[in-house]
Amino acid sequence: MLKPQPPESTLIVKKRISDPLPVQIVLIGLTLLFFIGFIFLPLGLVFAQAFSKGWEYYLEAIREPYAIESVKLTLTTVAIVVPLNAFFGVTAAWAITKFNFRGKATLKTLLDLPFAVSPVIAGLIFVLLVGSRTPFGSWLGEQGIKIIFSTPGIVIATLFVTFPFVARELIPLMEAQGRDEEEAALTLGARGWQIFGKITLPNIRWGLLYGMILCSARSIGEFGAVSVVSGHIRGQTNTIPLHVEILYSEYNFAASFAVASILVFLALLTVGVKVTLEKQFQKNSFHH
Amino acid sequence: MTLFQKKRRNILPGFGLSMGYTVFYLSAIVIVPLSMIFFNTIPMGWEPFIHAVTAPRVLASYRLSFSTALFAALFDGGVGLLTAWVLVRYRFPGRQFLDALVDLPFALPTAVAGICFATLYSPVGWLGETLTKWNIEIINTPTGIVVALIFIGFPFVVRTIQPVLEEVEQEIEEAAQCLGATRWQTFRKILLPHLFPALLTGSTLAFARGIGEYGSVIFIAGNLPMKTEIAPLMIMSKLDQFDYAGASAVALVLLVISFSMLLLLNAVQEWQQKEYR
Repeated sequence: MLKPQPPESTLIVKKRISDPLPVQIVLIGLTLLFFIGFIFLPLGLVFAQAFSKGWEYYLEAIREPYAIESVKLTLTTVAIVVPLNAFFGVTAAWAITKFNFRGKATLKTLLDLPFAVSPVIAGLIFVLLVGSRTPFGSWLGEQGIKIIFSTPGIVIATLFVTFPFVARELIPLMEAQGRDEEEAALTLGARGWQIFGKITLPNIRWGLLYGMILCSARSIGEFGAVSVVSGHIRGQTNTIPLHVEILYSEYNFAASFAVASILVFLALLTVGVKVTLEKQFQKNSFHH
Repeated sequence: MTLFQKKRRNILPGFGLSMGYTVFYLSAIVIVPLSMIFFNTIPMGWEPFIHAVTAPRVLASYRLSFSTALFAALFDGGVGLLTAWVLVRYRFPGRQFLDALVDLPFALPTAVAGICFATLYSPVGWLGETLTKWNIEIINTPTGIVVALIFIGFPFVVRTIQPVLEEVEQEIEEAAQCLGATRWQTFRKILLPHLFPALLTGSTLAFARGIGEYGSVIFIAGNLPMKTEIAPLMIMSKLDQFDYAGASAVALVLLVISFSMLLLLNAVQEWQQKEYR
């Protein structure tokens, strides 16, 4: 979750006991070594491979019709999944943090459930629920509704996988803020939606935004769950990560990494936005 | 609805509406679909179930998933503690940049991580070329799976240790030093016990994630039967053969294990909190 950090200066004012310089250098060196092997080399590799056949090939790979179709499908998924899970996250956080009721701890645990489920199992459960070989799925099939191996299947599997993200950001935030401000508004005669719109929403906006960004990042990148329900039909049910996989398994590495570089760019953007939002959040919490 | 009875008088509006929607959405997206695993396993009967989950290939895949996730979690414990220490305690140029990049494994699609490591360690890859000369094989071996899982689990450890380390009061360390403890003694006897619960939590999260991980692993693993087939891949291949009951059985075992690990973790955390108060 977003954490408000004390400004850097307060950390320096206090003289800290620290380790001897050689120890510091060795430990920083070891950390850097790990980062080089596990973060910088893989990132560098993506771009080196993506441009290994030159700019023209790169542009062609990301402009190719199947690539564009996969981008469209991924964006469609994000456009459906993120609002639904964000709305749910706000509702669940409101119910959990603004009221006392029995079973609150259980409910919170249940919200986190999808995090403990392997992505492949997340796909499997929807094949078992609405796949064409199940009673419900075959009935839907008779009505002409296809879910598995089609866009709706990709959307519901992604809904499951990204289910906890927004609620998880908001619950600790709203618990920390308490309900005094809302209760004050109530005594002053504000109605339910006014309280939410004018008090709660402004208070949680950065947390909500961050939760939605995490939710989008995972929706764009989800592989295992989507891979089970997609059926890998080119130009129809291939999301960006699935398109990357297909190109890779065809030994078309340059094109595969070219498309992957879009995903890397989005991941770096997500990380950057997190840092920015944390600073914003920090500024806000000091104004209070 | 006795489960969600109001305990204290709640004065804010919207309880019924928000709770109703929460329970409905939770059931529709999570509870009902997950219960399908049970409904598909129960009609199997006991013996076919045992037969399905103890088949040699399935057992080998469980063993592989657990051992690789365990090694990766242990490695992440060490390197995560080191990284958290360096990021919290030292000041050096580029520190904030490294701090931000810790989250990259969370943000990067797993398939991209998978093809990166597979290419990096392939016999003609940047690292694989040298390693092959030294006769070290990474790709298509359990070691390769561990490498991918280290990447995936790393942020869990750093992000759970960091806040605890930030709040350690330096007075404790100063006191230890005044009493004549060396820096290493202070770390081992004072700081490490204090950080241990966070270290355990972070590593367990990394472990739980590692057991179910799919996208980053399948590219580097090579998926050789009995050797480098992970448990989620077994589910996948049973699904490809339309063996829905078999897939559910394998999934059920995996689910029960990950859930009980997380419940155990919750219990340990509650016990720890009581100890401190």
